[in-house]
This record gives sequence, structure tokens and C-alpha cells, in this order.
Amino acid sequence: MGTEKTPAADPKKETFDVTKLEPAIKIEDVWKTFDGKEYVVKGMNLTIPKGSLTAIIGFSGTGKSVILKHILGLYRPTRGRIEVLGQDLAHMDNNELTKFRRRFGVLFQGAALFDDMTVLENVCFPLIEHRPELSIDEVIQIATQKLVEVGLEAKHYEKLPSQISGGMQKRTGLARSLALDPEILFYDEPTTGLDPILTEMVDNLILETHQRTKATSVMVSHDLQAAFRIADFVAMLNAGEVLLFGPPDVFFNTDIELVNKFVAKGMRHQ
Amino acid sequence: MEQTSVFIQARERVKSNVIDFVNEIGAMVQFGYSSIKVGFEKPYRYLEIIRHMEFVGNQSVFIIALTGLFTGLALSFQVYLGFKMVNATNLVGPIVALGITRELGPVLTGLIVAARAGGAMAARLGTMRVNEQIDALDVMGVNTRQYLIAPRIWATVICMPLLTAIFDFVAMIGSWFLVVKLVDLDEAIFWDKVKSVLEFRHINEGLFKAAVFGLVFSVVCTYRGFNTTGGAKGVGEATNRGVVTSMVMIIILDYFLSNLIRIFYLLIGTKV
Repeated sequence: MGTEKTPAADPKKETFDVTKLEPAIKIEDVWKTFDGKEYVVKGMNLTIPKGSLTAIIGFSGTGKSVILKHILGLYRPTRGRIEVLGQDLAHMDNNELTKFRRRFGVLFQGAALFDDMTVLENVCFPLIEHRPELSIDEVIQIATQKLVEVGLEAKHYEKLPSQISGGMQKRTGLARSLALDPEILFYDEPTTGLDPILTEMVDNLILETHQRTKATSVMVSHDLQAAFRIADFVAMLNAGEVLLFGPPDVFFNTDIELVNKFVAKGMRHQ
Repeated sequence: MEQTSVFIQARERVKSNVIDFVNEIGAMVQFGYSSIKVGFEKPYRYLEIIRHMEFVGNQSVFIIALTGLFTGLALSFQVYLGFKMVNATNLVGPIVALGITRELGPVLTGLIVAARAGGAMAARLGTMRVNEQIDALDVMGVNTRQYLIAPRIWATVICMPLLTAIFDFVAMIGSWFLVVKLVDLDEAIFWDKVKSVLEFRHINEGLFKAAVFGLVFSVVCTYRGFNTTGGAKGVGEATNRGVVTSMVMIIILDYFLSNLIRIFYLLIGTKV
């Protein structure tokens, strides 16, 4: 996966058939309303193949973050079914969900580092929580290895998140999300608000991590260039539905006007 | 016709506000109950409780002692001036002791700690919420109520009686200083009268109230902070609402608790 794109994509076909690939995440006819009146997700269907790097793109307010929170089990669908790693999230109680989420790693938009912990402590935290069998030396060793993998220098390990740059915070957040060797990695708008150099650095980091870990990766992003450059599959959402799903090539050979408009504007602005 | 419409609108608004208020109280009770309950489940968060006790308790000692000292001085002075008119200055000590241990100690400690620690709890949790740190804990498979809320509630419930005991003690030192050292009443009479009137149950009553106040304001403030929405503005609002609600609830609750305790004493046949 990663830079070598998934084969069998017919660029002229507007909906890509992923049924032959083993799914990591299956979203089936999911509907969501918060107030009982207006639906923010309207019968969404999406299958994310195992081991792929899939980008979810779309205009603001199209339900990207909402669907991500559904996959993470932070929201429950009003109707429909979400299957992650073969398990239906809707039938799990809170305790089961809490345990199940240990198989995920998430890099948040602002990295979401714990500001009263140092860089190293942030990465040690999930290990201390979920691997009580490890000694403190082993925990530090694993955390250090993860920080090395994301390219963070040792001189920053004892610093607080407020004392390091935005790029370093992203690296720390990624190292923390990798600490438990997750089966699925989620990236929530990982490059929003970053300058172009930092954006490229984060994109490369995501790609390198994906190639190294082979974990299923899901990236919610506004950054079309990055999505088309690094993702194996792209899903474009509009008004709570999947407008188009497939390998990046599909997006340059479609008759769907909204997709063409979005791609043209997105590529011009970046 | 127009007047009727205005009346109906006003009635509907009041009705909606009352329903919102009741819903919110219900949500807070549910939040507090589930957080306390989950605190009894593994993994036990002893270290977190101790860390929060250091913040809620240890870091409040100085301000509580200072407030206690001046409350003792001021109250004794006023009581002394009043009792002097009826030639009963010997009773200044016991009256101040009863007032401090049963009412002023727990209430003032509650108000001060709610403002200091409760406000900080709401602000801290609110900041964690808007910075997605709570979401990060959730997706890491950490039970956020067990890790963030339960230790704060337990730490507050444990620390509040201890802080109130400090307040009571220092306030009585203040009272002694004013009555014995400044006004020059007899020291033996002062302590003798205090001992003859003040019983352990009066002190315990205040300490019990303090624990209840701690429970209430820690639940209110953590609830506000945990459910913060809307960025930095939301954090400010959550903190403000948390502290104000806590203070009002402490004062209202004090009245009802005092009466409940009286009823309890009557039921067990103890002199009130």
C-alpha cells in the first residue's frame, strides 16, 4: 500500500467496487440526527479496505468529522450499522467500546497532547494505561522507539507540549497514537492550519507510517493534493452521503459536476 | 388579546426554563452518580486522588487559615459588641464556637474552595474538552469519568472536612485572641464556657456539611467543565456557571441540611 496504488481501478467507473477486498470498516445505511429533525448523515454506505490508506474529503459541514466520530464509537448512529474490524459498534456497551478503542490510534487536528505531561510522558501514557505488565524501563524504551520512528530528537523528550513547535506536536501525537501498535490509524484533519512546509512534512510522515506499520489508515482532510498523493482510496462526502469513492484516478475522470468543481478549486488553491 | 399573548409567552418561557433546570439537575445527578460508581472499578486511581487532594486540600490551606482567622476576629468583635449591651460577654466564646463550627466554617470553606478549586476544575476540564484531550483519552480506551472526574470528586469530599476543621480551629484562635488578648476577658472563663456548650456532634455536623458541599460543588464544576462546548468562550462560561451554581447551591443546601440534621437529632432523641 502507500505509494504503490491499489490495482484493479477502472478510472471511468464512478463507484469503485471494494467488495472483493477485505473490509476493515463497513458503514451500512448510517443515518444521524442530533436534534431529531435534521439529518447530518443520510444513509451513508462506505467500505474501507483493510491495510489501505483512505482519505475522506468534502466541503465543510458534509459530515466528515461526524462519520469519523461514529467509526471511533464517540457517536452512535440514529439508524444503520457500523462494523469495525468485524465487530458491530452499535451492539457494544460503553465498557466494551472503551476496550475496543485500544485497537485504534488517532492523531487529532491539534495533536491533543496532555499539556501537563512532557513529550515522553505523553507517549508513555497509553502504555502505562494498557500494558501494566511492562516495567517502567520497558515503557520508556517503547515510547522512545516510537518517538525515534516519527523523527523527534531526544533533546525534546523532556519538554512540555507548549515548549515545542506545531510540527513536533504532530510528531508526538503520532508517536502516542502508535504506542499500542494500533490496527487502525485515524488522522483528523492532520494538516489544517499548518504552513505548506509543515503540511508536506506531516503528509510524508503519514505515508511513511502507513508503509511501515501496514495498519489501515483513515484520514479526514481538506487537503486534496495530499489526499490524492498519498491515499489509496478517496471518499468524497456531500450532504451526509458518499458522493464518490475510489482510487484518486477516479476523481479526475468523472462526470459528477460537484466533484469536478471541488477538485478543480481544491487543486488550484493548494 | 395582546396581553393574553404576552402572558402565554411569558408562561411558556418560565415553563421551558423550569424544565431545562430540572433536566440539568437530573443530568448532573446522573453524571455524579455514574462517575462515583465507576471510581470503585479497576483500575483504582489512588495516585490521581492524591494528586488532586494536594491541589484541592494542600494548596487551599493558607487561604482557608487566613479567612478563618479574620472571620473569627470579626465575628467575635460583633458578638462582643452585642453581648456587652446585655452584659453577657462571657458567652462570646461559645456563641462564636457554635456559629463557626455549625455554619460559618463549612459554608465559608465551601464557598472559598468552590471558587478556587471548583473553578480550576471546570476550567481545566473545559480546556481539555475544547482541545480534544478528553476525546483523545476516550479513543485511547481510557474511561474518562474514572480517570478525570471520580478522583476530583473523591479528593474534594475527603479534603473539605479537613479544611473546615482547619478553618474552625484558626477561627477559634482568632476569637480567643480578640476576646482574651485584645478585649481582656478572662481566658479561663472563655475556654470553660466554650467547653460547656460546644459538643463533638456540633463539630461533626459542620464537617458532614462540608463533605456534602464538596460533593455538590465538585460534581457541578466537573459536569460544567466536562460538557464544555464552543472554544475559549465556552471554557469561560463553563467556569463561571460552575462557580456561581456551586456557590448558590452551597448556601441553599446549608439551610436544608441544617434542618435535616435537626430532624435527625429529634428522631434519635438528642437535644437540638
